[in-house]
Amino acid sequence: MPASTHVPDPAGRFGPFGGRYVPETLLHALEALDAEYSRARNDPAFQKELDGLLADYVGRPSPLYHARRLSRELGGAQIHLKREDLNHTGAHKINNTLGQALLTMRMGKRRVIAETGAGQHGVATATACAHFGLDCIVYMGEEDIRRQQPNVFSMRLLGAEVRPVATGSRTLRDAINEAMRDWMSTVETTHYCLGSVVGPHPFPRMVRDFQSVIGRETRMQCLARLGRLPEAIVACVGGGSNAAGMFFPFIEDEAVELVGVEAGGRSDRLGQHAATLLLGRPGVLHGSFSYVLQDDDGQTSDVHSVSAGLDYPGTGPEHSYWKETGRVAYTSVRDDQALAAFDRLARTEGIIPALESSHAVAHAMELAAGRRPEEIVVVCLSGRGEKDAAEVGRLRGIEM
Amino acid sequence: MSTIDTLFKNLRAKGQKALMPFLTAGDPDLDFTAAAIRALAERDCPLFELGIPYSDPIADGPVIQASYCRALDRGVTLAAIFEMLKGVARQVPAPIVTMVSYAIIYRQGLAEYVARAKAAGAAGAIVPDLPVEEARPLADVCRREDFSLIQLITPTTPPERAVRIAEHTTGFIYYVSVTGITGERTELPPELVDNVARLRERTDLPICIGFGISRPEHVRMLAPVADGLIVGSAMVRRMAEAAERPREQVLAELGDYVDELLAAMR
Repeated sequence: MPASTHVPDPAGRFGPFGGRYVPETLLHALEALDAEYSRARNDPAFQKELDGLLADYVGRPSPLYHARRLSRELGGAQIHLKREDLNHTGAHKINNTLGQALLTMRMGKRRVIAETGAGQHGVATATACAHFGLDCIVYMGEEDIRRQQPNVFSMRLLGAEVRPVATGSRTLRDAINEAMRDWMSTVETTHYCLGSVVGPHPFPRMVRDFQSVIGRETRMQCLARLGRLPEAIVACVGGGSNAAGMFFPFIEDEAVELVGVEAGGRSDRLGQHAATLLLGRPGVLHGSFSYVLQDDDGQTSDVHSVSAGLDYPGTGPEHSYWKETGRVAYTSVRDDQALAAFDRLARTEGIIPALESSHAVAHAMELAAGRRPEEIVVVCLSGRGEKDAAEVGRLRGIEM
Repeated sequence: MSTIDTLFKNLRAKGQKALMPFLTAGDPDLDFTAAAIRALAERDCPLFELGIPYSDPIADGPVIQASYCRALDRGVTLAAIFEMLKGVARQVPAPIVTMVSYAIIYRQGLAEYVARAKAAGAAGAIVPDLPVEEARPLADVCRREDFSLIQLITPTTPPERAVRIAEHTTGFIYYVSVTGITGERTELPPELVDNVARLRERTDLPICIGFGISRPEHVRMLAPVADGLIVGSAMVRRMAEAAERPREQVLAELGDYVDELLAAMR
């Protein structure tokens, strides 16, 4: 069956995936959020306010940039970069947090909590909260705090409280657990600004919708500038929000090949990668039925990626749906390949990509190299890499 | 009629309430879990809740989380837990229900999980991350197997939704005392007694209250409106001491603590 764009259904299902596997305490808030979002979605005033912020505050539309030198060196298809790294706060995450902050205001709540892995979503949430004058608390794993110091400092500058999470693997998954626990106690006054297309309904749908501005712009830019749609689009997938936002407006363009790139880590051994769609199986994590990395008892596996933003043992239910329907092809890129792409884009184009986005760049280079020069490959450059400079330096033994 | 139905029927006939300890399976180890169930059953705990350790328990506070982590770090498996349960369920008259994440049940397969739990002697399951909308497939299996599926109602549950949850519950209703996660509280919400009393008007099912209950004064306040009270973190915290102190001593203190709560219940 071809993938539909009329998903999820009212129960939050993308085919068999999605749903709401959360404690009863949260159900009422999720229903209220779903109802409020559905009203906002059909309210021209809401859309107008969001569009205004995206234009004047975020700097949208983000450019579609033709990476000529890189394309020439590879000798294959033309690589174009959708420059989400040029957004205010340096990544696509702000598209979603402004939408959710507006919803928070509509619901009359004053306190916002969020989880963050690489810190990009944390910074974007802290930014949106500063803009609207909302209280902001960001949960972040201690391991991620260590490797993403610049973002931790930014969040504090923006007035957010960063709460270190010392449980489990001390990364994104544990930060989500801790944010959910906070929400269990504060649900009546607090909005949980979830940063990816994961979690219980309506988050996967709502975050996809807010991020779809990426794909809508890309589609218009391709048609206006190149006179046609690209042959292929590549985006990295952790939870999968930049990829979902990029892919969704192209789902019905069946000639456009869509490729999601997961974190291949060090090897295919469980615990050494975060390639959930490639190496996992359907199960339940963080309120949603989707592909997960689990052991045979149903315990969540440890994962590894050089990139803190892809270091997650689950993925969005819509990605699972796209995998099962065959509409999107999923592949993975190892740590060392991502690091090589990080260097190469910096040197050939003068653009330092986030380590997350470097996974997409790495695969796009491989894909483009095997194609004809008249073909077009678009890469979602989801974020910029300054936040990763210190960690990459550390991996190379450079003192800063 | 399930063993849990029979238990509450008998308790109601005698005008008694159940004190239900929650114990983490495998912290510090499964032998001690079994020993604690036996010891507390002798002190007249008529029903037990056995927590199946899970890596991502979002409804649990620091004490139960940490205890799940310790058990998993020691390598406790579902197979070993069922093996332990099989032994202890034969030795004590009290029904034992498992508190288990849907992530674990789904991985086993719904019918497979229920079959294994039942074969091990479990009387039912509490699945904290399975709201009524998603519960149908598991509820169907449980009904066929006469395995109780205990659902939760919370302070944030609207009244008409509470009725719907009650209609899909077997065994007893787990009423969550607070809007929050598990863990000992000094005080419980003042409106709790009224909330439970109102729920009581809408269902004949036994109602057990859990989350935060740890002190004799809590028991005195809640026992009159409930069929049972669940004590979790306060038990788990005491049990964990067995990692460092003589086990007989920890069991004796646990027994004294339960006696104190039972006295407050009468």
